[in-house]
Parts: sequence; structure tokens; C-alpha cells
Amino acid sequence: MKLIIFAGPPTCGKTTVIRQVIKRMKAKELKTAFVKIDVLYADEDETIHKEFDIPSKKIYSGELCPDHCNVVVLDEVVEWAEKEGAGYLFVETAGLCLRCSPYVENSLGIVVLESTSGMNLPRKIGPMLTLADISVITKIDLISQAEREVFRYRVLEAARGITVVETNALYGIGIDPIVKHIIKSQDIEFPMYLKGNPPVGTCTICVGKKEIGAKNHFGVLRTMSEDLFYVGE
Amino acid sequence: MYTLPVYIVYIFAKNYKSMEINQITIIGGQGKDGKMEVVERFDLRMGDVISIVGPTGCGKTTLINDIELFASNNTPSGRQVLINGEPIPEDLTFDPSKHPIALISQHTNFLSDLPVGEFLSIHATVRGAADTNKMIGDTLDFANQLTGEAIIRETVMTELSGGQTRSLLIADAVVIGNSPVILLDEIENAGIHRAKALELLKTYKKIFVFVTHDPCIALLSDFRIVMKNGAMTHLIKTGPEEKAIALEMKKMDDVMLEFRSQIRSGLEISKTTFDKNIKVLSYN
Repeated sequence: MKLIIFAGPPTCGKTTVIRQVIKRMKAKELKTAFVKIDVLYADEDETIHKEFDIPSKKIYSGELCPDHCNVVVLDEVVEWAEKEGAGYLFVETAGLCLRCSPYVENSLGIVVLESTSGMNLPRKIGPMLTLADISVITKIDLISQAEREVFRYRVLEAARGITVVETNALYGIGIDPIVKHIIKSQDIEFPMYLKGNPPVGTCTICVGKKEIGAKNHFGVLRTMSEDLFYVGE
Repeated sequence: MYTLPVYIVYIFAKNYKSMEINQITIIGGQGKDGKMEVVERFDLRMGDVISIVGPTGCGKTTLINDIELFASNNTPSGRQVLINGEPIPEDLTFDPSKHPIALISQHTNFLSDLPVGEFLSIHATVRGAADTNKMIGDTLDFANQLTGEAIIRETVMTELSGGQTRSLLIADAVVIGNSPVILLDEIENAGIHRAKALELLKTYKKIFVFVTHDPCIALLSDFRIVMKNGAMTHLIKTGPEEKAIALEMKKMDDVMLEFRSQIRSGLEISKTTFDKNIKVLSYN
């Protein structure tokens, strides 16, 4: 089975891209499954199941960061999709802090970026972009051609060697090249490993301490002027 | 001054290859009602100026989008675009730095939060310019001939007015993009000097396609495509009679522009000024 992980900032058009891809894969009679990992609310699993009649699932990360959630549940998700007979598993993550990278080795990592989000976005999002295999740029109809070229440049500047695909996903324009990359991607291998290290996430804030200020916390901390330091046993 | 990482320059210099275009062919698809288009095909040759006309919502913008996207039966209209009589090579599609077609859309604002100079510098590099600084100067000179207030390098793109934005888009496509084919969507809307734009553009040997509601631009074209309900219904070549009429219309246009310029500069229009200005129009 092939694993395709979609990441990207909220409202960038991930689900629209995925719907267009599934539509084309279904026309080729390829078996797909879809999983959405989100924090509080998602209905994409139902809408995609209704539209394409493929196995689909949602997982709420709740108190966990959605990318951390992805790490701890993905083995079971893959098992589920294999049982369902899928040849291609699409995982859409919410990836809210934009600092993690949900991609797994031997999977296809696709980052979806909105062309309207400003020229500095590619410089801001780090490993979610730099560790992806493909950068899908959406909403290209909303900016000028010159801006498209400069945005594309900024993406390549941040993630050298990444494949850039420009789309107007609402109208299904630019989707075919993504489908081609997905079909020729490699099969997943076990055990699975993350491509990159997530930032330190186990901290007193994560587990619920709400007080403001470093003096109220322990673990790996920093202050405004000091770099990272460790407080604790 | 913004400096560019060497490897990026290398990537773009390696990939950039301008494409030799002699002719573009558009093969008709279907209209909104699913019926085949009356105009089955038309050809655009280097140096052609054409217009696309028709009521609002009739599909003019869709047609130029099809051209820009090199549609090959994969857009809702089912149209196909050929370059030099051949279908489009796959690697050309969607690689904008190799793109031979520039589309000046109806956007009247930029979304890029970069200063004009930095933006143009990156774009010139992407397009493989040898002298980036000269390229920026030339682009701004071109743009500033079309605008009211001059654009300066330090201005952030998002702060430009509608007219400045369109002027800069046109100048960028012609000077930096140096695209052989330029599609312009309703340039008359932006409050830029359109006669001046047409005159400047015609000094470059390119294919120009105007989507327009302006009779003057339509009659100054070599031919026009008329659209209705999503379909191309007529292809009309501009004959000698229409060409002569176009020049008369241009005079009317100049008169209106003169009034506009007087009003803009704070003058009041007297009956005497009015009569004096319309004297060039010797009708009746």
C-alpha cells in the first residue's frame, strides 16, 4: 500500500485537492481510503465517503497536537486501510502550529500552500514544507502570473528540489500531475519512521499548566533574552 | 539590495528556456448549453492583435484562461490549444518560468507583501535576466507611462492603486516576462491610459489578445471573436471600412480623455472649452 500524507495551513484547500485526486483515482479504478486527523471538528470523512463511496475515517486529536496524534495512531490507521483493501491511503492532517512535519519515510508527503497567503509563508513553515516531496500551490486564479512565479521561487528557495504543482483545485486544474506522482510513489515499509523530528512538545503547558511565565514551568524553557535551558531533575 | 542565493539562480537558469512560438491555434469546444461552438478554430500569428467581445458573463475570461492554461480537453469548455500546430508538451504546462503566455487578469490589487523593487528583482531572476537592475528600471519606466502617479521601487506591492497595479502587471509581462503572447483582460477598467498602452504594446512584436468592452480597442484589432453563452459565435476580420472608423473612434476617445484629464487636474469645463475640444469630430 502507498501512504500519502497531506499537510498545510488551515483553509489552504487540502480537502479540495484530495477530493479532485480521489475522483481521478476512482476513474482509474484504483482503491483508495481516506483519514482526516483534526482537533475538534471534521466532517470530511462523511462527505468524502458519501461522494466517492470509499472507506473513510476521522480521528479527533483532542488534547493532543494533531501531528503528535498522527504519530501515535498511524500504525493502526495503516492496518485499518490495508484491511479495507485500499491500495492508496490518504491522510489529511490539521497540523496547526505549522512547526511539525507529519511525513513518514517511504510515504509521499504533500504540503498544500495557498498562493494568496503572502510571499513570506514559504519561509515561515519549516519542515512541513522542507520535508515534503510535493508542494501543491492552490488558488492560483486569485493572484497575478508574476506573483505566481515569485511565490514558486520562494517555495523552491525554502525547499530546494521539491516538486511544485500549481492548481486551481476548485476547477480541477493542475490535479493530473499530482495523481501521476501518487501512482508512481513507493510502497510503505514497516516499521514506519517520521522523516523529521518534531519540536519538543512534552512540556508543562502541553499537560495543562496555564500560568504565564517561565518561572511557573519546568522542562525545556527559555526566556525572552535567554536561549533554551532545562529546569528539572 | 536583495541578493539571491546562488543555487536558486542556478536552478532557474538551468530550467529557463524561452519557447519559439510562431502560431497558436485554439480549437473550439462547447458552450454552456453543451452545443459545439460555431467558431471551430482560430489561429494567432506573431504580430496579431485580436479582441474578444460579448456581454458580461458570456465566457470571455474563460476563453483567455483556456489559452493561458493550454487547455487540452481538460477544462470545462473542452477547448484545445496548439502551439505551432502541435499539442502542448507536458513539461511545459504549469511551469510558469517557461510560460510563453502572460495573462493580465482583472486583478486590481497585488497580494504580495514585498516592495516593488524586490518583487521585480526576483521575477527578473526567475526569468533569467542578465542585468536585473536595468530590467527593473525599464519595467518601472514602461509602467509609469500608463499611470497617473508614478510607482517607486520602495512601495510595497499591496499599497499600489488599481491603475498602478494593472500598469505594473502589463509592464512586467512585456519587459521582464518578455512573453510572446500577452492576454489582457479589460484593461479599460483600470483607469490607465489605454490608448497609450495600445500604442506602446504595438511596438513589441507579440500576439496580443484583448478581452474588451471598448469599441475602439475592438476595431483597432486585426480580428475579433464574438461570444455568447460560453461559446464563440463569430469571427470577424476588421475590414478597411471598420479600420477607417476605428481611427475616427479613436479621435472621440481622445476627446473624452482630454476632458478626463482636465477634470482630474481641477479645471471646470466651460461650453467654450467643450465646443473647442469636440471640433475635431467633424460630424454633421
